[in-house]
Amino acid sequence: MTDTQNLNFEIETAPAISPLKSDGKVVSMAAAGQWTLIWHKFTRNKVAVFAGCVILLLYLIGAFVEFLAPGVPEKSKPQYTYAPPQQIEFFVPDGNGGSKFLMHVKGYKIEVDPVALRRSFVPDENKIIPIGWFVHGQPYKLWNLIPADLHLIGALDKKDTVYFLGSDRLGRDLMSRLIYGTRVSMSIGLIGVTISLTLGVVMGALSGFYGGWVDLLIQRIVEIISSMPTIPLWLGLAAAIPLTWSPLQVYFVITIIVSLLTWTALAREVRGRFFALRAEDFVTAARLDGSTERRIIFRHILPSLTSHILAVVTLALPVMIVAETSLSFLGIGLKPPVVSWGVLLQDAQSIRTVATAPWLLIWPASAVVIAVLSFNFLGDGLRDAADPYGE
Amino acid sequence: MQPILTENKAMNTTNQTYVHPGLPDEEPILTVQDLSIDFHLRTHILHAVRNVSFNLCRGRTLALVGESGSGKSVTARGLMRINDPAARVASGNIFLDVEGKRIELNALGPNSPQIRAIRGRRIGLIFQEPMSSLSPVHTIGSQIVEVLQLHRHMSLAAAKTETIELLRQVEIADPTNMADRYTFEFSGGMRQRAMIAMALACNPDILIADEPTTALDVTTQAEILDLIKRLQVSRGMAMLLITHDLGIVAEVADEVAVMRYGRVLELGPVDAIFHDARHPYTKELLGSTVRLESGEANADETQRSEKPVLSVSGLTKVFGSNSAWFKKGSYALKAVDSASLDLYPGENLGIVGESGSGKTTLGRLILRTVEPTEGQVIFRPGDGSETDVTKLAKSELRQFHRHVRLVFQDPFSSLNPRMTVKQIIGDPLFVSGVARGKEMESRVGELMEMVGLDPAAMERYPHAFSGGQRQRIGIARSLALDPKIIIADEATSALDVSIRAQILDLLLDIQKRLNLSFIFISHDISVVRYFCDRVAVMHRGKIVEIGSAEQICNAPREDYTKALISAVPNPDPRNKRMLHRTRLTA
Amino acid sequence: MLRYVIKRLIYMIPTLIGMSLIAFMIIQLPPGDYLTSLIASMQDSGQVFSQAQIDAMRETYGLDDPIYVQYFKWISGIVLHGDFGFSYEWNRPVSELIWDRMGATLSVSVASLLFVWAVSLPIGIYSAVRRHSVGDHFFTFLGFIGLAIPNFILALTLMYVAYKYMGLNVGGLYSPEMADAPWSLAKVGDLLAHLWIPVIVIGTAGTASLIRILRANLTDELSKPYVITARAKGLPEHKVLLKYPVRIALNPFVSSIGWVLPNLISGVTITAIVLNLPTAGPLLLRALVIQDMYLAGSFILLMGTLTLVGMLISDLLLALLDPRIRFN
Repeated sequence: MTDTQNLNFEIETAPAISPLKSDGKVVSMAAAGQWTLIWHKFTRNKVAVFAGCVILLLYLIGAFVEFLAPGVPEKSKPQYTYAPPQQIEFFVPDGNGGSKFLMHVKGYKIEVDPVALRRSFVPDENKIIPIGWFVHGQPYKLWNLIPADLHLIGALDKKDTVYFLGSDRLGRDLMSRLIYGTRVSMSIGLIGVTISLTLGVVMGALSGFYGGWVDLLIQRIVEIISSMPTIPLWLGLAAAIPLTWSPLQVYFVITIIVSLLTWTALAREVRGRFFALRAEDFVTAARLDGSTERRIIFRHILPSLTSHILAVVTLALPVMIVAETSLSFLGIGLKPPVVSWGVLLQDAQSIRTVATAPWLLIWPASAVVIAVLSFNFLGDGLRDAADPYGE
Repeated sequence: MQPILTENKAMNTTNQTYVHPGLPDEEPILTVQDLSIDFHLRTHILHAVRNVSFNLCRGRTLALVGESGSGKSVTARGLMRINDPAARVASGNIFLDVEGKRIELNALGPNSPQIRAIRGRRIGLIFQEPMSSLSPVHTIGSQIVEVLQLHRHMSLAAAKTETIELLRQVEIADPTNMADRYTFEFSGGMRQRAMIAMALACNPDILIADEPTTALDVTTQAEILDLIKRLQVSRGMAMLLITHDLGIVAEVADEVAVMRYGRVLELGPVDAIFHDARHPYTKELLGSTVRLESGEANADETQRSEKPVLSVSGLTKVFGSNSAWFKKGSYALKAVDSASLDLYPGENLGIVGESGSGKTTLGRLILRTVEPTEGQVIFRPGDGSETDVTKLAKSELRQFHRHVRLVFQDPFSSLNPRMTVKQIIGDPLFVSGVARGKEMESRVGELMEMVGLDPAAMERYPHAFSGGQRQRIGIARSLALDPKIIIADEATSALDVSIRAQILDLLLDIQKRLNLSFIFISHDISVVRYFCDRVAVMHRGKIVEIGSAEQICNAPREDYTKALISAVPNPDPRNKRMLHRTRLTA
Repeated sequence: MLRYVIKRLIYMIPTLIGMSLIAFMIIQLPPGDYLTSLIASMQDSGQVFSQAQIDAMRETYGLDDPIYVQYFKWISGIVLHGDFGFSYEWNRPVSELIWDRMGATLSVSVASLLFVWAVSLPIGIYSAVRRHSVGDHFFTFLGFIGLAIPNFILALTLMYVAYKYMGLNVGGLYSPEMADAPWSLAKVGDLLAHLWIPVIVIGTAGTASLIRILRANLTDELSKPYVITARAKGLPEHKVLLKYPVRIALNPFVSSIGWVLPNLISGVTITAIVLNLPTAGPLLLRALVIQDMYLAGSFILLMGTLTLVGMLISDLLLALLDPRIRFN
């Protein structure tokens, strides 16, 4: 083939690739903006999407606690101290040897342990408490405004109480308390993160805008706060809350305390990204195009920053939730009658209580872990998707 | 991007390698037959190397030449079986001659003792980035000692002595001392020398040099190529040289294989490739390179009657001086040292220099994105007025920036990925209030047409464009406000050779149509020679010589310029320049 | 190198001052001052003070001085005389109370740190080298869980499991009969038998995050050209990994003390309260609840100082390990 002067060479214009799947469609992303690309990349991470759904669900629960809870959290029945969880069953004997459909739980009978002489509750096969969907039960005010008594699930007879997740020392329904706790615990994270973010952005903006010694000072403050062990500091601050304050005041102060120590991480992240972006060529280009400093920040830097901020904020939320839970657990955070997951866990402080009523530890602890885990997975997914131009 | 399947062959075309006659017929030390390497990626399989065949012979150099993504590095690493796990050899054989025995390399396991006995011992490897290809936390000496102990089973003391001897052979001054230093204490050229010493420590039969001088300055590049070539010849090694630079190929190679998209398109003796190329792609590649090189340099004999549009005088920038806090640690670096030059209307002025010469800083000083320490920049927009740019307030500076625009080096980071092309090109129009809405859209359309882009694509985002297209977008942006001057800072350095030539022609075309003046900052002398009327040569912050492109390239006066110009590889194997170059003795 | 050490030491001073200000602020935060609390507690035990006595005491304690003078007295007392103030709860100088507890805090923290390193190093390397293997996914998932479970919940759970299924009561650092015994081999053994639960509890989150960091760093390093150089030399794969990328990925590992230690000390505080360990935590909580503020403030100051010292050590270790830092 050395004498082929007029050889026709095949001209290729692109690297040779074979798609792995035969139906590999090439999606046109040419005119897709950053959020479309981020969404596309994010939804590829199935775990993160699932975690996002869980979080959405938790906030929905938080929004409609009064309706979702079978009862109200403060309703106590001293005769049912540490009653174990009741199983939902669906069939009852119809008296003819067969069975008929009836959603119900079994009532309790008291058994005395002959050795330890301790009283305990066991299900009483003969006591059938019928339950149902959308029942009228204990009255409440939805969002503290609308009086109602409709509950998603509960005993058909208003006089009966059901304990799907067991009861506590005062015979209060753990499930209702857990659902009410969702509102407080999840919202503390949200409000705390808002405060943190505001603080972080304000401080970061001051730092970036004035530069020089202001920047230096703020950086040192950030450094000092972030090198203090957080829990002792939280304890120190929370302990100073006067005992006479109302639960609502305590709620807000605790939120502020929790966010006081987490804004530093946000500020550091935002500042770092901000400075990195400011050094990018396209920002220099914008400056040379005649953009004012304000336009550069709002038109060029912030849009690149928001997705990263979203990820950082999502990862900061679980820190807040754990902080509130820890403080309340130790007895210097939120206090009854406010119900949060931390307050619920306070009941599980002694190992003897946990041994008698393990559900007091298991359910609130699971709620905390599920929330934190979901936020971490979601945040991780968002962080990976935050810069869709990386690949 | 349309997937091209390997089976897609038209009847009357060929995708087989065109082999020129005249290849050496001696017994090869290494034979590659029909090698194909696939990368199994998440969404698709990339056929990075396809049916590649070539031989390496003792004492001869084969150059694998191609642009980015041509599969040349993958091929080289495939010979040593050190590609990452996603790469799989799909077909082909690699035979290595080890003391008379033919060993089939791709039959060996990738971590088997047999292949390890060949790596470093029979085949040595040099990389592009000497900084990152040496460990930053081990001394240079210890990294060489390791090879000697591994393959030549030397005692530590003997290995240390041998290391110092090797460093001496690669012409590192004071090798005893330098052996105990870390990579970051070495200069780029020194690091590459150390890397060569390491690759040659066990006297391998084959040396693979993967873009060994791409990260280096042109004078350093000449020295390193010189050294590699001498060592290769004196040791009788076979060399596989991987490069994108046809100049280097012409200076160093005996045989050439031209690669594109994983195929060897054309294989032959260096002279045949340069003077009797058959494949259209090879011709295109040569065309892009040789045009830059052989084009008549602009003589610029005309007397200037007009006043310069920009006059720079005594411009100086000192970094890191007068730090009041720590007197002891204060240092002052004169990045630009009283630079003076004039730029005339419609003129292309080149600024060349090696890294650290201050050429980029000079450009930024003129634009005042970096504040000058001393000196003047006088701007004459042509209406008889004069402004001293260094004295402008921030708001007046914005006016100046409408007239003097910048084109960036990196076409990726200089375009905001979150804005559409319309927004990017239209941004200067919008903020200056020149045009908004529909008017802006039609202006953006015009600009896109001017730079050779389809205006229909203006709603797309930068990520939908290739590097060359992005650079066109950047150029369109710089043209939006009808500027007088464009400062192009290494505007073509990040592009492949063929794209580079297209962009340069585009710039020249635009300049003729709009009567612009260019300040063209580059390290690449052939590009400057092609593009510029006059050239200023910078060295250590100073402008050492200014003259017409013709004079600077063909009859340089200053010693530094002579050394610089003669170090540029000449893409003509019949006229090698580098080996008898002028050396600067500083 | 010496210059670097001195520079780092000087750099610490403003941070230390900042920490002391925070600690002092916490002391001052509760309503009423130290004397009101003291008098209240004395009156509880039957003593009655006249106004003259109270005024005299205000004078001695300097409570009528401006706030900065008070701070200055407090901090100079600590720096010059090791005087941390007086605990009215225990009726003893604070300095007599804290050192034992801080010692225990330090030991548990260091033990946890060693645990964190010992576990995360091999797992991190394994996960990075065998990316996306079953083992990697397993450890990654475990790491997520470990990060998500707050210390005190883990402590409670372990206590419950030990109590329910092994019949053990796992609080404290010593068995009751060993607590006051003189040091002996048996006591050390007893300590180790108790130490594992707090160490696991405190170390889990740190281990999980270190594994993630090491995995990410090592993954980055594995694709660097110097790894290919090492491979091209003909080194065996394990040597390539251990001598080069692992060695370099170790740097962030060492500097992790800087942020792991504050977390560990935080963790020790709350875990100790749950597990009833004789560390600073329970005493701090108690002091805070009854507002014995000098004691509480001193603990907070010392815990902060401890993390600073930890960071200093990590910086110095890093400089020793990484010549790039040492030479700049």
